[in-house]
This record gives sequence, C-alpha cells and structure tokens, in this order.
Amino acid sequence: MTLTNERRIPKKPVSAEDHSLIGHEAIWKVMLRKFMKNKLAVIGAVLLIMIVGAAIFAPMLAPKDPSQQVLLDKLAPPGKDYPLGADNLGRDTLSRLLYGARISLLVGFASVAGSIFIGTVIGAIAGYFGGILDAVLMRIVDAIISFPSLFLLITLVTIFEPSIFTLIAIFAVFGWTGTARLVRGEFLSLRKSEFVLAARTLGISNTRIIFSHILPNALGPIIVSATLGVGGVILAEAGLSYLGLGIQPPTPSWGNMLQSAQNPQIMLGAWWYPLFPGFMILITVLAFNFVGDGLRDAFDPKIDD
Amino acid sequence: MTTYIIRRCLMAIPLLFLISVISFGIMKMAPGDPTALMMDPMIKQENLEAYKESYGLNDSIVVQYGRWLGNMVQGNFGESFIRQGVPVSELITARLPNTLLLMLVSTFIAFIISIPLGVWSATKRNSLQDYAITVVSFLGVATPNFWIGLVLIMVLSVHLGWFPIGGVATYGEPFSIWDRLHHLVLPAFVLATADMAGLTRYSRSSMLDVLRQDYIRTAKANGFRQKTVIFKHGLRNALIPIITIFGLMLPSFIGGSVIIESVFAWPGIGLLFMEAAFQRDYPVIMAVVVIAATLVVIGNLLADILYAVFDPRIEY
Repeated sequence: MTLTNERRIPKKPVSAEDHSLIGHEAIWKVMLRKFMKNKLAVIGAVLLIMIVGAAIFAPMLAPKDPSQQVLLDKLAPPGKDYPLGADNLGRDTLSRLLYGARISLLVGFASVAGSIFIGTVIGAIAGYFGGILDAVLMRIVDAIISFPSLFLLITLVTIFEPSIFTLIAIFAVFGWTGTARLVRGEFLSLRKSEFVLAARTLGISNTRIIFSHILPNALGPIIVSATLGVGGVILAEAGLSYLGLGIQPPTPSWGNMLQSAQNPQIMLGAWWYPLFPGFMILITVLAFNFVGDGLRDAFDPKIDD
Repeated sequence: MTTYIIRRCLMAIPLLFLISVISFGIMKMAPGDPTALMMDPMIKQENLEAYKESYGLNDSIVVQYGRWLGNMVQGNFGESFIRQGVPVSELITARLPNTLLLMLVSTFIAFIISIPLGVWSATKRNSLQDYAITVVSFLGVATPNFWIGLVLIMVLSVHLGWFPIGGVATYGEPFSIWDRLHHLVLPAFVLATADMAGLTRYSRSSMLDVLRQDYIRTAKANGFRQKTVIFKHGLRNALIPIITIFGLMLPSFIGGSVIIESVFAWPGIGLLFMEAAFQRDYPVIMAVVVIAATLVVIGNLLADILYAVFDPRIEY
C-alpha cells in the first residue's frame, strides 16, 4: 500500500510530499526571486525585520524603564535625555514605543495564528464535505461578518475584562471568517480534481486527504491572508487600546499611548507626542501590507517574473 | 426580477436569526444577571428569588430567548441598567439622527473624493499621478483613522482654531446650520478616510476593466471625444460594481463610527455604545450591536438589489 502510494505521489500537481521529493528548492527559489523583484515588498520585509528585532531586543535598546515616572520631566521635548521626549507622566516615549512593539506584535501574531487555524479547519471541512454542513457553516460566517467588528470586540471585552490573553482569544475566535471563506473556496475547486479522486480510490482517510493532499495547495493564499491579517489586528488592537478597552496601562501599547494624547496639556504643549505612536502603527501595518502583496504575487503562478 | 428580490429578502431571514442567536449567546455570557446590578446587595434571598421570577430569569434559556426576540422585533429593547426606568429604545432614538447625519455626510465625502481619484488614476495608468494616488491609498489603509482625527484636532482645532474640538453644536448658542456644519466637517472627513483608500482602489480597477471593453474601443473609433468616452460610456458602467463594494464596506463604516464619535465627542450611537460599555450597561450594548448588525444586513440587501436593477446584463 505504502509503495503504491509513494509511486503515485509525483503525479499529483503539488502536495506536501511532492515538495519534499521534487523541485522543492526550485519552487522556493522562484518565489524568492519574484518576491525580491518587488521593491515595496523588500522594503516591507526589511522594515518588519527591524521592527521585530526592536521588539525582541527592547530591554537592551530601551534607554529607560518604560514605566518609570519622572514627574519633573513630564512632557519633556525630544532631546538628549529623552530621544523622543517624555509623556504626561514623565515616562520615556522611546522606551514605551519599544516595549509597545512587543505587545502589538505579540497580539498580532498570536491572534492571527489562532484565527488562521480555526479558519483553515472550518473552511476545509465546509469545502471538502460540502452539502448541508457547508451551507450551515457559511451562514454562520455570514452572520459573524455582519456584526461590525468593533462593536463585537468591545462587547466581548466588557464581558471578559481586557488583558493581552483575552484580546488574543477574542481576535482569534472572531477573526477566522475571512480565512474560512478563502480555504473553502480552494477546497471547493480542488475536491473534485484528479489527484484527490486518486487518493480516495486508494482508501486514504478524509483527514489525511484534507491536510496533507489538498491543504498544501491552499498554503499560498493562507499565508498571504495571514500576513495582511496581522496588520489588521494591530490596527484593531490600537483602536481598542485607544478607547481604553484594550491593553491596560501601565503596560505600554501604541494604542494606549495615543489615549493619553487626547489631553489639552499634550495638544497644546507637546505636539510631537501623538505623532510617534501613530507613526509606528502606520509603518508596521504598511510593512505587513507590502510584504503580503509581495507574497501574493510570488505565490501566483500566473504572474511570471 | 421580482422573484429575485423576494428570494434575496428571504435569504436575509436566517441570517438575522443567526445574528440574534449569537447576540443573545454573548449577552448570556456576561457575568452576573441584571438583579445583581439593580438590587441592593443586602437583599434577602427569598426577595431576590421573587425578583428573578418576576423578570423571568428562572425560565429556560429558550423561553428567555423567545421573549427577548419577541420584544425586540416590536422595538422593545428593555430598560437601561444604569439609567433606571429609561427604555433603551428612547436612548437610541435620541442619538440615532446624529449618527445617521455623520454617516450620510461622510459617505458623500468618501464618494466625491474617491471616485474621481480612482477614475483619474485609471485613465492615466502608470503615470506619476497614478503612482502618487496608489501610494497615498496604501498609506490610507495602514493609518489608524482615530490618529488622523487626533492629529487634525491638534493642528486645525487646538493650534489654528479653525474648527471646534468636538460635539455637534456650540453649547448654549441658538441653532444655526452654519454652526452645525462647522462641527460636522472634521468628524465626517475623518470617518470617510477609513474607506476612501479602498474605494479609490476599487473605482480605479473597475474603471480599468471597463476601459478595456470592446464598446469603449468602438466609441473611441467612432471619434467620440476622450471626455465623452470616459464619463458618458465608461463611468456609468464602472460605477455598478462600486455599489457592491459599498455594501461590503458598511460594517467597517458603522464600526468606525464608534471610534470617531469618541474622538470628536459626537453624541451618536457610537458614543452611547462606549458609555454603555464602560458602565457594563448590557441592554444598551446588546441593542446597539443588534441594530448595527441588522443595518449591515439591510445595507447588503439593498446593495444586491440595486446591483440587479442597474446591471441589465444579469438575468434572474
């Protein structure tokens, strides 16, 4: 059985085993070349590496303790002691931005990992089995999408008290709908294809067909939507934290740093302060979007380099 | 056509049903029950039970859901926990006009800016303008719009004093349209920025699709002027897909109103929702969530029907 199986594998267009047997490196090389040709994508990737690096090494890079308050230095302008100034409680803005990057990226990556997992499983089941199961699951997706997400997020935060973990859980549990639709589409188009039929005839279990035969074909779009998804979650987290319903002070997050910006003292006397957190959000989300677009083109076999 | 409209309306019913089930489920996850918030904590157990019985909190969950749904369909959203005795529907109807005004004006702004930009970008494909517009749209997608709001308030209101800092009207002044407009401009513009980038991209690609069609070439070959071809033959057809896009953008638009109304202290549904969220006033929270989701479903329904009306190529 195993023998026949292995012998047939190379006939399938693309699957996990396929990659490991033939042309694995070649495919990646082609993709990498296409990606590197996209200037914006490369800029995005470099920015991302820098931001992730800054987040990881925040304790070493930060000049001060991010929650240390020096009230005498409150609203200090950018200068020698405070490279990017100090906030209304006399905390160093640069240090808070660096530590805030950790929170934003952690929430972004962890939530998207969760929502991609849920969305892939549900989308795969709906697309592979079809019928009533598919109809029910897709109506649930439609219903969740109909809720303006901010309303839903805020409602859940009021119930489960905001913390990093509840935020991640909420983003994961309600953020999977897009991935589910995408994966379902891929499965619908592939489930009647010849290699799946062949696998069925060989008596391979549904689980195995779903995960090791069809899923690898859908990996490209999944990775692209994950990349764009991280940017989306970072924006949503910033919004919630700005409203005071996300990451709670004194833990710094780019969103809650902007919450304290809406204060006449800062608006009149420290106009530079609100610029930095907003700029960080902008750059990070932009970088994720550039990389996502670059990956989309790199994965698309119709676009040649 | 009529059968399509009827079928499309019927399809919305299971969706609304699911929305109500999800909302009810979320409400039931909330810790404690209304009695815990409304009653004196020293209340005797038997009195508490009597209250629970009278509020129907001891009935089975299905019965509770049925009653809640029945009331809601009739426009009865219960009473606010915090402002006791005030019906939720009253709180909402008091704030709704402000939100609708804000959304209408900002939709108008988003369309009046994005569509011409998209068309311009499409007709001058790969030119400097096209690239500039693309870059700006990329930036627009990545910028949190509450931050744009903050920066605009800081620069235009606080430092330059051109616009009021927030609210719908100057306190204590008699009603004047000029004053209202003055307060409306900034929040409406900032809310519009949320979808302007996407709308510009869509109108650009929609216009490009249309410009590639045979009939456009025919029109050009017949010697119509460039302007006539673009605006009379092209634009009309390019606008059709944008109807659907508007339907898809509706959730983010309504959601965005929460944050923009908070930034500008605009007393609409979004601000009501935020106040309720901070006070854990669940009847108000749930009413707003259900109304918002229903608005989205209705908006999508209208978009689909309009699409069918405007695009004669689609047969049903």
